[in-house]
Amino acid sequence: MTEMSEDQVRADVRAWLAENWDPNLGLIEWRNRLADSGWGMPAWPSEWHGRGLPVGMAPVVEEEFQRIRAVGVARSGVRMLVAATLLEHGTEAHKAKFLRRILTGEDTWCQLFSEPGSGSDLAGLTTRAEQVGNQWVVNGQKVWSTSAHKADWGVLLARTDWDEPKHQGLSYFVIDMSQPGVEARPLRQMNGHASFNEVFMTDAAVPPDMLVGERGEGWAIATTTLMHERRNADSLRTWTTGVGGDERIYQEEAEEIATAMAPYTWYPQRAGRVDMVLDRARATGKLEDPVVRQEIAKLLIMSKSAEWTARRARAAQQLGRPQGPEGSLGKLASSHVARAAAHVHTLISGSDAMLAGADGPEDGIIAEILLSVPATSIAGGTDEIQRNIISERVLKMPKEHRVDTGRPFNEVRKNTVG
Amino acid sequence: MTGLDEPQRRQRFEPASAPFSGTLKKVQAQLQTSMAFSFTDEQEAFREVVQRFLGDHSSTADVRRMMETDTGFDADVWRQLAGELGLTGLVVPEEFGGQGFGDVELGIVMEEMGRALLCAPFFSSAVLATLALLESGTDAARQHYLPRLASGELRATLAVAEDGGSWDPADVQMIAADGALTGQKRFVVDGNSAEVIFVAARNGAGGDVGLYAVDANAAGLERRALNVVDPTRKLAELQFAATPATLVSGPDARDGLVTALRRAAIALANESAGGAQAMLQSAVDYTLMRVQFGRLIGSFQAIKHQCAELLLEVELAKSAAYHAASAAAERDDELPALASAAKAGTSDSFMRAAIACIQLHGGIGFTWEQDTHLWFKRAKSSEVMLGTPAYHRELMMQHWA
Repeated sequence: MTEMSEDQVRADVRAWLAENWDPNLGLIEWRNRLADSGWGMPAWPSEWHGRGLPVGMAPVVEEEFQRIRAVGVARSGVRMLVAATLLEHGTEAHKAKFLRRILTGEDTWCQLFSEPGSGSDLAGLTTRAEQVGNQWVVNGQKVWSTSAHKADWGVLLARTDWDEPKHQGLSYFVIDMSQPGVEARPLRQMNGHASFNEVFMTDAAVPPDMLVGERGEGWAIATTTLMHERRNADSLRTWTTGVGGDERIYQEEAEEIATAMAPYTWYPQRAGRVDMVLDRARATGKLEDPVVRQEIAKLLIMSKSAEWTARRARAAQQLGRPQGPEGSLGKLASSHVARAAAHVHTLISGSDAMLAGADGPEDGIIAEILLSVPATSIAGGTDEIQRNIISERVLKMPKEHRVDTGRPFNEVRKNTVG
Repeated sequence: MTGLDEPQRRQRFEPASAPFSGTLKKVQAQLQTSMAFSFTDEQEAFREVVQRFLGDHSSTADVRRMMETDTGFDADVWRQLAGELGLTGLVVPEEFGGQGFGDVELGIVMEEMGRALLCAPFFSSAVLATLALLESGTDAARQHYLPRLASGELRATLAVAEDGGSWDPADVQMIAADGALTGQKRFVVDGNSAEVIFVAARNGAGGDVGLYAVDANAAGLERRALNVVDPTRKLAELQFAATPATLVSGPDARDGLVTALRRAAIALANESAGGAQAMLQSAVDYTLMRVQFGRLIGSFQAIKHQCAELLLEVELAKSAAYHAASAAAERDDELPALASAAKAGTSDSFMRAAIACIQLHGGIGFTWEQDTHLWFKRAKSSEVMLGTPAYHRELMMQHWA
């Protein structure tokens, strides 16, 4: 990797785009050009579809793409987390087989980590992978896998060694989702949507070369994936609309995004829709009710303070200062905000809070808020797990005494379901 | 008016190396655009200086000693705070002998004072009285009072609230007639020890509210220390009977007083954020030394989770307080809403943190010997001082909705 100035990078990408960008290309054809040139993932290594540029240069490249409204690589779902994990832990064969088709969008991926019996205690999972003859045979059930019914491939965390302590007995695999031993069923949520799947694996086969890393390294590798999940959370959230335009490539991108985003239409509602509160209060006349005004004010103070806290964290990061406690609090804060918002929406709506769909306020959006907010304090790490993390990492309080680590998993009481 | 109004406001501050050497030298540093969300290196250094001073002069033993006295402060510490650190003149413009800093630096000082629970007439004199003069005083009055307030040689306070306990100048009933005041003021911070009292009073019945200066020794002034819940903050009731008073504002001081009280509320919000931080630290420290059932109680999730929530509470409070201070320094249009949001949010947070700190200490947390009640009492007085959280939430809604 050679040192390059921002101006050089900008000039290079600009020249390449001038030569290659054409909105009348097909989406996959264009993304193959991106994969060949490395401009789709400038911070990736140059031998694997990148240019080996420092991470800080990626926004410069992105700006140039935006300037001429050029479409980027595919980003939906867990593909970028999988790609980052394979780049770090995969074999050359894995990278050659999967990375390009991840970027072009030709392959879709899902993550097979959580189980009905292992949510917060992920390392207690009991899906079994056994070596039978020349392959791995997988049996077990996974849950909360987004888009598993449409995925070509899955990254799978399964137990390969039952005599090892829980974290050491896990291995990380790539599994072919199209085989008969893998069945994905939609899982309906309390808000009526079905954004995730349950996945049942019955004697599903995994060839030996689809083990990622070494046997028993599964936990460490899954940690890489989860770390990228947190790191990417911000950038993935902004990716919701696509570039937009009449030419062929824009249409194809819009279609891709619409399909990928369909399961998430309720996500804004689960955060509580604080943005709707004042307008709703005004429209219903409840803005004049002093009790409701107090509750609105409490909500606004909390949500604004949470926003400012996040900005303090970002500012510290930009200044290169050590991260203070403000950085780890966002998730917990958003749970409080969402719950308070649901409470306020209920006060504002009164009896209408009983009604959903076309009969409900805001064409059912309020009902969807009330029925989606409970997910906020669970998904992506429950509030209880967040409080553990905050108290242990930030406040340096000791871990709760554990009875499950350091002993063979066989001897540990298994997680129960339900 | 002051440096505050210059678009390119500059910082004048150089941290004194220990021991504190005379008045602080002033250096210029570019204001960072992101200052609402991070302090500059200079501001962080300033915080350390203040922290060090309070570490030396405001231990809980010092607090307990001072709170038992009538005046509630140590004259030596006050002299050092004023002379060596120049804190009494922090927000006073340089032309009046002050440091010319703004609300962000004032917030830093107040946050640290709240953390250390300093017993001193800083809030009454360097905040309330000084801001009232800055925001509503005539040039002559500023010339007359500000240099001595800045140097700390004069201690003053502001008297607004009356029987109803409202700090809204619109609610002032006291009447000034023929250069004399008659009536009663209550909840006057350090009102029993201040040497000058700035009093909000109406120019005749139904007249505009002006600001009047009254000498503590003036004839017809009777001062009575109120029996207070929070002994670290002294309050007084003042009876005026044809007490000679000098008008120190223009004929209508109401807007100026509202702004002064808003900035004071932000300062108090920062103090509360510091107090809440002290409660969190105390609670965590205690749970990491208290053993029950054969283990540190800080290893129980029931305890850890409360502490994590407390940390969230404290950080949200700091964000609201810092943001409001920054808005005040920049004379942001949203200042009225942000000031009330900060006052309401931080006083709730401080109170909750103090309650949690007692709970996490268990029985000893309810004793006089243990220190938590000192902050609990300050949290209670700060909760309602300058308006309750509910009052400020309503004000906020009037500006935001």
